[in-house]
Amino acid sequence: MTAIQAVLPSLSPVMPELILAIGVLGLILYGAFRGERSAESVNVGALILLILAFFVVVSQSGAKVTTLNGSFIVDNFSKVMKALILLGSAATILLSRDYFQRERIDRFEFPILIVLCTIGMMVMASANDLIALYLGLELQSLAAYVIAAFHRDNLKSTEAGLKYFVLGALSSGMLLYGSSLVYGFTGTVSFPGIVSALNDNAGIGIVLGIVFVAAGVAFKMSAVPFHMWTPDVYEGSPTPVTAFFASAPKMAAVAMTVRVFIGAFPDVTAIWQQIIVFVAIASMTLGSFAAIGQRSIKRLMAYSSIGNVGYALIGLAAASEEGIRGVVIYMIIYLAMTLGAFAVLLSLRRGGQMFETVDDLSGLSRTHPVLAFCLAAMMFSLAGIPPLAGFFGKFYVFAAAIKADLVGLAVIGVVTSVVGAFYYLRLVKVMYFDEPQAPYETMTPGLRIVLGLSSAVVVLFFLVPSPLVSAAGAAAKSLF
Amino acid sequence: MSAAAAFFYLFAGIAIASAFMVITSRNPVASVLFLILTFVNAAGLFVLMGAEFLAMILVVVYVGAVAVLFLFVVMMLDVDFAQLRQGFQQYLPIGALIGAIFLIELLLVVGSWTIDPGMMQAPLGPLANVEGVTNTQMLGRVLYTDYVFYFQLAGLILLVAMIGAIVLTLRDRPGVKRQNISVQNARTQEMAVETRKVPSRQGVEV
Repeated sequence: MTAIQAVLPSLSPVMPELILAIGVLGLILYGAFRGERSAESVNVGALILLILAFFVVVSQSGAKVTTLNGSFIVDNFSKVMKALILLGSAATILLSRDYFQRERIDRFEFPILIVLCTIGMMVMASANDLIALYLGLELQSLAAYVIAAFHRDNLKSTEAGLKYFVLGALSSGMLLYGSSLVYGFTGTVSFPGIVSALNDNAGIGIVLGIVFVAAGVAFKMSAVPFHMWTPDVYEGSPTPVTAFFASAPKMAAVAMTVRVFIGAFPDVTAIWQQIIVFVAIASMTLGSFAAIGQRSIKRLMAYSSIGNVGYALIGLAAASEEGIRGVVIYMIIYLAMTLGAFAVLLSLRRGGQMFETVDDLSGLSRTHPVLAFCLAAMMFSLAGIPPLAGFFGKFYVFAAAIKADLVGLAVIGVVTSVVGAFYYLRLVKVMYFDEPQAPYETMTPGLRIVLGLSSAVVVLFFLVPSPLVSAAGAAAKSLF
Repeated sequence: MSAAAAFFYLFAGIAIASAFMVITSRNPVASVLFLILTFVNAAGLFVLMGAEFLAMILVVVYVGAVAVLFLFVVMMLDVDFAQLRQGFQQYLPIGALIGAIFLIELLLVVGSWTIDPGMMQAPLGPLANVEGVTNTQMLGRVLYTDYVFYFQLAGLILLVAMIGAIVLTLRDRPGVKRQNISVQNARTQEMAVETRKVPSRQGVEV
């Protein structure tokens, strides 16, 4: 019998995930022993863990390192996306505290599920083979199904959780089927292995595999035609959970999509480019037209997130370094805009009741001028009006598309963003020109922090764009 | 006929016969028991192929957990299987048609089946060549070394499933009497028994 050498894999690249995993196990034990009274301290503990992991991620070197038998890769791209994911999760915990306390569902499991979900998302951003990708995705999704139904005595919340679970399981199945086809036709699951096995020639089996993988990831990004769950799940889930779904998992899904297509299929661009172009056009169009009739701000944000994924995918369709840089910049700015908008939405509370329709915003500029200004900035930015950050996000992806000879795609993008501007600007009109209502309660510190930071990014991005743009540039460079 | 071939026909024959009994038996409990018999025979077939780990997993997971769960469901829920099968005659033609289509498709696929000789070498490289090591040992070696990352991630997923089930279903019901063993053990005779004088024709209030 040959002696097998026990070689411990290098653990420094997975340090942020390890910190979160070990920390969350500690928090579970603490919560289980202290019972429901521990909700407050587990929240603080989870926030500290996420911030700690954020600093560890940022301090990692950007050089490309693989570990754990080649299934885990750390490079500048994963660094940036993980930092965004961690910021999204940390912001969710800040946003959720007060809401859950007032709804009397402040249980200690919520921050724990958020942290576990974050581990899954970070694995998705760092996956270097199909198995790690699937496991990360499943960890993220399973935690997301549970927190969608977290308000378990609320019919809409449980419906959202069930709907998300059933459709999510279906999409996981499609992704797995595609992965099995890719594995069957290349003989390997690792992305570098797939690249060398494909060697520029892809048979019909690979094409089928790519189509199914694309369907699976499109569902997770809520891109058309796999978007049907999004409005219902966003509307039914508790509002902080909606804020979470629209922020961190979106980052992870886009990171995963870029990883799969650029990491595993870089030489067969012609096959998947047409899928991505179609998905991008369909998402942008549906996102802008379907949102027009919405009265509920949560549904509106759901359609807005569908549309925004479409814009981000323009950069991926370009399949170039500039394109991916555009995707990363777009996601950074989208994160700030989304979290800011949800911070405002969560502060619309009067007498223990939440308000979440467009009409509830009327006259907000006179009762809460600062809040109205921040939301107006988010909406102008989402509409893509310069000099706010949203304009630059769109600018970089459109520029990359034009460079890659996808002029038609860029033109459709511009047209749909004009249509989208209608409903974003309608919110501004309601806030500034309609009759004011009774004032809402004052914001909690958590909401203030999130709103302040995201407004700063959105409003001041054009003054100092270089740190974010150069980080995104380095991220894109590490993939090519 | 060698012993291995004899056992193969034994296991395969019983497996097919009991699988047939699973769907024809009128009593659902007998169905589940035949299902268990099928699993055990399939496990025997795996042993013949040298896949003893798979065989044991089949017995532990399918017989030990899944089939027993079926048995619980069948015994606890009052499901009238005869009633469930009532539409059988009615749907037989369409079912047979779909079955025939699948069979033709399957034959077409298998008929044109060619395996690229290069394909077989790539995936089956490193695991098959170690002499004198059972496949359980081999799986153990790679599971905790090469694939430790997947193993741990799968563990986290199961943890999320457990937390999720507890979060969504466990409720604190007030007014439920629970057994408290330390209190029971700490009871003494003085706490439990009280002696009172009972005055004649008046009784006592308890």
